[in-house]
Amino acid sequence: MTRPQKRTIPGAPIFDSDAARRGYALNKMCYSFNSKANRDEFVSDEVAYCKKFGLDEAQIKAITTRDVLGLISVGGGVYFLGKLAGGVLGLDMQDIGALQTGVTKEEFKAKLVAAGH
Amino acid sequence: MAKIVGIMTTSHVPALGRAIHLNLQQDPYWKPFFDGFPPIHEWLERVKPDIVVSCYNDHGLNFFLDKQPTFAIGTAPELISTDEGWGIPSMPSFPGAEDLAWHIRDSLIRDDFDMLTCQEMLVDHAFTLPMALMWPDQKWPVKSVPVCVNTVLFPLPSARRCFKMGEAIGRAIASFPEDAKVLVVGSGGLSHQLEGERAGFINKEFDLKFMDSMVNDPQWATQFSDLDLVEKTGNEGVELLNWLVARGTVAGPVKVVHSSFHIPISNTAAATMLLEPV
Repeated sequence: MTRPQKRTIPGAPIFDSDAARRGYALNKMCYSFNSKANRDEFVSDEVAYCKKFGLDEAQIKAITTRDVLGLISVGGGVYFLGKLAGGVLGLDMQDIGALQTGVTKEEFKAKLVAAGH
Repeated sequence: MAKIVGIMTTSHVPALGRAIHLNLQQDPYWKPFFDGFPPIHEWLERVKPDIVVSCYNDHGLNFFLDKQPTFAIGTAPELISTDEGWGIPSMPSFPGAEDLAWHIRDSLIRDDFDMLTCQEMLVDHAFTLPMALMWPDQKWPVKSVPVCVNTVLFPLPSARRCFKMGEAIGRAIASFPEDAKVLVVGSGGLSHQLEGERAGFINKEFDLKFMDSMVNDPQWATQFSDLDLVEKTGNEGVELLNWLVARGTVAGPVKVVHSSFHIPISNTAAATMLLEPV
């Protein structure tokens, strides 16, 4: 099937039909982190918990290496990844921003402040 | 007759939940945002709305991708705040305005808006934080109607469609036979982006134009597609759709009771407006 070319916005990955299909297992695992018992189970054995939800090797690797851009490329939706980052790993959105943009957290925060000037 | 007495729109940054919990309102980082609320508290004390109709987006608490509605309405007797995995303390439950919720639901469906109806509903920070900002003691003096807009899975409902749904909600409120003072809330935004190489994107110029349009040209932002909005306001800046639903509920002009704007709160251009029908 030939599909129409998608509009892309540089640096702004879109959580669309393709991402939702690709990332369903990953996002379902992250959705489970609404429960503390599940967060604790993930922490006790990350890979086993990933496999329980049927994540594939690329998704498991992105989880274990804390590769945020990688998690997005294998279908992670940011609101679901946020439960992993915030609720499980204790990272805030400036940590996540710095990890994705290749700067330090302080540099990332300075950029946010500069956007107000 | 039910009557809309105001529209309150505000950002709902999850980190605000932690700041509220830790009483950081006067901390230099948070103060510029929380300082927007005393004028709103004074207005609430004076006007005393009975019901809040809150237009917001769920982030994976009540809805997951197994079933992702474009528009949903909560008719539940109790709207429950619970663990949403982001580390935000939960709040006391919110009483649902069941009669008005069912009335709006019936009216919207007859008006061609295919709402998903929720007789049980969990509400996440996008619903709870505006409430806690308005009533910091978290003793809710109002009943609520949650109206949920999909901003999770693209394509999103268009800005034009969101505004039109707001118009339909406004008509439904106007035709509700019981006396009630209704405050409409629009939750989310303004420009911010959490994911991707452009994470941290903020567009002050667009945000200020958008806030001006809420008063002077309410349909200005309806020209933009969902992807246009991502480009201009960041992936999560699209939450301004909730502001458009809220603004659509008042057909005529509005005046500004209060407006504030501060960059940044977390990754977000944080904005608050309180508008009154003229």
